[in-house]
Amino acid sequence: MVTKIHIENLTYRYGDTEALRDVSLDVEANTITAFFGPAAGGKTTLLRLINRLNDRVDGTEMKGRILLNGKDIYAPGVDVPELRRRVGMVFTLPLPLPGTVRENVLYGPRLAGISDRARLDALLVRSLSQAALWEEVRDRLDAPASELSGGQQQRLCIARSLALEPEVLLLDEPASGLDPLSTAKVERSLTELKEHYTIILVPHNVQQAARMADWAAFFLMGELVEYGRGEQVFTNARDQRTEDYVTGRFG
Amino acid sequence: MHPHKAQRIGFVLLTLISLVVVIPILLVVGVIAVRGIKIISVEFLTTMPREGMTEGGIFPAIVGTILLTLGTAVAALPVGVGAGIYLAEYARDSVFTRTIRLAIVNLASIPSVVYGLFGLGAFVLFLQFGTSILAGSLTLAIMTLPVVMSTTEEALRAVPVEFRTVSASLGGTKWQGIRHVVLPQAFPGIITGVILGLLRAAGETAPILFTAAAFYLPRLPRSAFDETMALPYHLYVISTQVPHMPLDVQYGTAFVLLVFVLSLNVVASLIRRHFRQKREW
Repeated sequence: MVTKIHIENLTYRYGDTEALRDVSLDVEANTITAFFGPAAGGKTTLLRLINRLNDRVDGTEMKGRILLNGKDIYAPGVDVPELRRRVGMVFTLPLPLPGTVRENVLYGPRLAGISDRARLDALLVRSLSQAALWEEVRDRLDAPASELSGGQQQRLCIARSLALEPEVLLLDEPASGLDPLSTAKVERSLTELKEHYTIILVPHNVQQAARMADWAAFFLMGELVEYGRGEQVFTNARDQRTEDYVTGRFG
Repeated sequence: MHPHKAQRIGFVLLTLISLVVVIPILLVVGVIAVRGIKIISVEFLTTMPREGMTEGGIFPAIVGTILLTLGTAVAALPVGVGAGIYLAEYARDSVFTRTIRLAIVNLASIPSVVYGLFGLGAFVLFLQFGTSILAGSLTLAIMTLPVVMSTTEEALRAVPVEFRTVSASLGGTKWQGIRHVVLPQAFPGIITGVILGLLRAAGETAPILFTAAAFYLPRLPRSAFDETMALPYHLYVISTQVPHMPLDVQYGTAFVLLVFVLSLNVVASLIRRHFRQKREW
């Protein structure tokens, strides 16, 4: 197994509230890893720490290390925008930037300094196709992104992250606002995407986690309760709390 | 009393009160328009005053007011918008930023004649700009700054924080997010604040009294260091300082000033409406 992300004794606090307590886990490259569990478990916080989106939050305290390809992403001198290009993030609520479909997808690459027209066009087509959106928007590339439906906007946000050709894709409940059909499309494209990317997913529910996850990590109140192969965690949990949650006894 | 009847009486009373507020405004505009429009002609708008300002036009005063307003915009815009961006996006809550905010509130409540005296001391005398468009514009700009700063800050704060997060997650630096995502959405609010500030500046007499305005100057200013006539000050002069001034000229001047200010106002609302239709959240 090739370790893409190595998390070591990670503890994180917002003021007096402990969001993560001594979490350690390795994420395997080119797999889908699910962080699941009830609300306030620390899943979203952990995602945001992996691409340093929490840097701007005041009054926090972090202990432990996060390594990407063996390198500490919190080491001094790390180029944070560059890190975020390599570790993409898709949020719970789709939020198109002002502007057209094309401008949304190419926002990241343009900021990264890519200006070659052919290269940008190729990125546009490729990332929209990977997000299973190309067929629906190929005639509306210059329409305002806000005119897309909710499900299309969420896939647009996935395409926007993919346009940067990241190594890791973090998805925080990307299907929470979607209808079943859009959810199926997103899930199918994510399953195809793992050939090229390492995907960490905070699933919408246990069923989605069970359908998609190669690896599954169960978080409860900031603690990593159980981490293992998806089929093992969902069918034969070692910890009673995981078992209870997976079988729907709480949460 | 029956509730329906009480409601009816209350409704009528409120309508009457609103009318009381609107009537003086309508009267002022109406009287000035009716009495002032008679004298409006190409000659009045485009020629120099003659015969001790009792005849001819008010061309230099119109040009002067436009120049002063433009000068104010050029000076107040970068500083005010820049400071607004700093306060909204970069400044953390500290004694320093609280002092700045306190200063803004206080600047906004200083009487305009005090700005005039400050301009006289700082720009006309100390920096030796003399009585000039430059000194007048800078004085008006300082008076306009609080409005521009606070409306810029508010417009930026109204843009949801998630847009900044999305931009950052796509590898944008903080400034790139502000520049490409936040500012375009805050633009209508900012431009409205700027124009409202300029409106006030364009109609002010006191700040330019000692810093820019000429009593009678039947020619156009030659440079930014030249003094100039201006509509509000001209109106003051012909209403109080010149004997035997025809009333038509006074009303005509007031009318032109009113139209200038109102049209700026209309521009502000058009810009706001245009962008509100395009808004996406």
